[in-house]
Amino acid sequence: MKWTVLAIVALLALVLSVVLGPAAVPLGELLHSDIVWNLRAPRALLAFLVGGSLGVAGASLQALVRNPLADPFLLGLSGGAGLGAVLAIALHLPGPWALPIAAFIGALAALGLVYRLGLIGGASLDPRILLLGGVAIGAFAAAITTAIVSLADAAELRNAFLWLWGGLSGASWDSVLLVALYAPIPLAVLLAASRPLDLLALGEESASYLGADVEKVKRRVYLAASLLTAAAVAVSGVIGFVGLVVPHIARLTWGHRHRSLLPAAFLGGGALLAFADTLARTVVAPRELPVGVVTALIGVPVFALLLRRWTVA
Amino acid sequence: MNRTTHDLMTEPLLRLQDVHYRYPGAASDALQGVSLAIAPKQFHAVLGPNGSGKTTLVRIALGGLTPLVGRADVIGVPASHWARQDLARVVGVVPQREDNLFPQRVRETVLLGRYPHLSLWGRERAADHDAVDRALAACDALHLADRWLWTLSGGEYQRVRVARALAQEPKLLVLDEPGMSLDLKHEMGLFELVLGLVHEPGLGVLMITHDLNLAARFADSLLLLEGGRPVAAGAPNDVLTQETVEKVFSWPVAMQTVDGRPQTVPLRQPKESRA
Repeated sequence: MKWTVLAIVALLALVLSVVLGPAAVPLGELLHSDIVWNLRAPRALLAFLVGGSLGVAGASLQALVRNPLADPFLLGLSGGAGLGAVLAIALHLPGPWALPIAAFIGALAALGLVYRLGLIGGASLDPRILLLGGVAIGAFAAAITTAIVSLADAAELRNAFLWLWGGLSGASWDSVLLVALYAPIPLAVLLAASRPLDLLALGEESASYLGADVEKVKRRVYLAASLLTAAAVAVSGVIGFVGLVVPHIARLTWGHRHRSLLPAAFLGGGALLAFADTLARTVVAPRELPVGVVTALIGVPVFALLLRRWTVA
Repeated sequence: MNRTTHDLMTEPLLRLQDVHYRYPGAASDALQGVSLAIAPKQFHAVLGPNGSGKTTLVRIALGGLTPLVGRADVIGVPASHWARQDLARVVGVVPQREDNLFPQRVRETVLLGRYPHLSLWGRERAADHDAVDRALAACDALHLADRWLWTLSGGEYQRVRVARALAQEPKLLVLDEPGMSLDLKHEMGLFELVLGLVHEPGLGVLMITHDLNLAARFADSLLLLEGGRPVAAGAPNDVLTQETVEKVFSWPVAMQTVDGRPQTVPLRQPKESRA
């Protein structure tokens, strides 16, 4: 029943984002319209894939760092990606892929630094240090980013700023294909780790006594969730709250077993982002809001309600 | 790791031989020449004051640490060589502390004990749910199955954690200070439960405790540690003598006998000797 509802919501979000848009396309011509095929359909699919990836990455990282308030961007990736993207803009790197590639490299650099920091205490990856290191690296990268933005001229500054708040206007069938080929690998790694993630919620010691290879699980989950987030940020900028709010709503309905939680977070994240992107394109048409603004505007009130429920329970 | 029936019958479940361990950077040994062997149907308790090496002993027995000198074998194979999942099918552990990140129901948490028996993508089968029911029944906790963990009393919670270890269908059960913060009835109930598991299905038990009296009442064999050294080992009546207990715990005691087992009564110190 709840799966049926979720599937219908996800489908509805996809259909809405194909049907609605600034240009009025009559319903009868939907299937023959270039706007639908070349702009809306790839954009809807990309939004769905990115939102789903962020949902799964968020749910897994929450279990890894043992903090139900963790967001995939908390671990410094957004800072690294933002720095990469702003550098690409400031250096006028040519080509449509310069910005996503630079953002991806920036995210990977942050990932590597945070991972190295996580191992600072020896052979064991310390989730607390991942969290602290992520915040520190993110803040450092954001400082450099701001310095570059403040030295740039006005038009560039606007582009960089908008990119930081996320947007799917660059969507194309190429980017959909790229994400559709890339994302299943980390997604499968995370899904395969769903049982050990259940155990990890009891603490590392208990998890190892119940048969989980804790060290391997932590490394795998961190790397897979981060690689997933890095790809999402490369194609769509920093989209907050999807990775935080969606896992929470999924937990309320599906409980904390990752085997059902992760697929639910994928469908829910995909639906939320497809829906948010539809709003971002339509409410101020012909202009467009950064989709991160919409997810934050939806996400923060929902989050406040969840926090209340969390503390009451 | 395939062990033959022959190995299972001849090798003790757990055997520590002259184990020495020192934490990196520490000035002295945490364990010094500790030996121990536990066979099926044996209830073994390790006693000692705080900081005597009890926790280090458990870590070594479970392969978390490797002895610098000596051996720690589980069914004839060094504990640190076992894959965690294989070890979890043989040894069930009730750790001293754990905090559950997410709210969970009793049946869900006991089902986690089936993890070592599942394949990577495998779903729990009927056999797994049966094992959970058996474990809950053995711990007299079947009626708690649908309760949230946070609603349980301390005694119920400990029984559920023992049930989770039993769901692993282990041969050896390790309990670290299981009676802490339980009242008399629940503490006795828990020890009776563990002793029952020693009789049927015949588990070997390693219990870490600092409760001398309960250990003496229930365990077949005691190991008394002081500063990482074994002070005495063997049957309760041989280990817990007035002289030994007073020396190890630095407090005057009197000894009594209940059910043929030695019971320690700490004495008040005379006024003039109080610091």
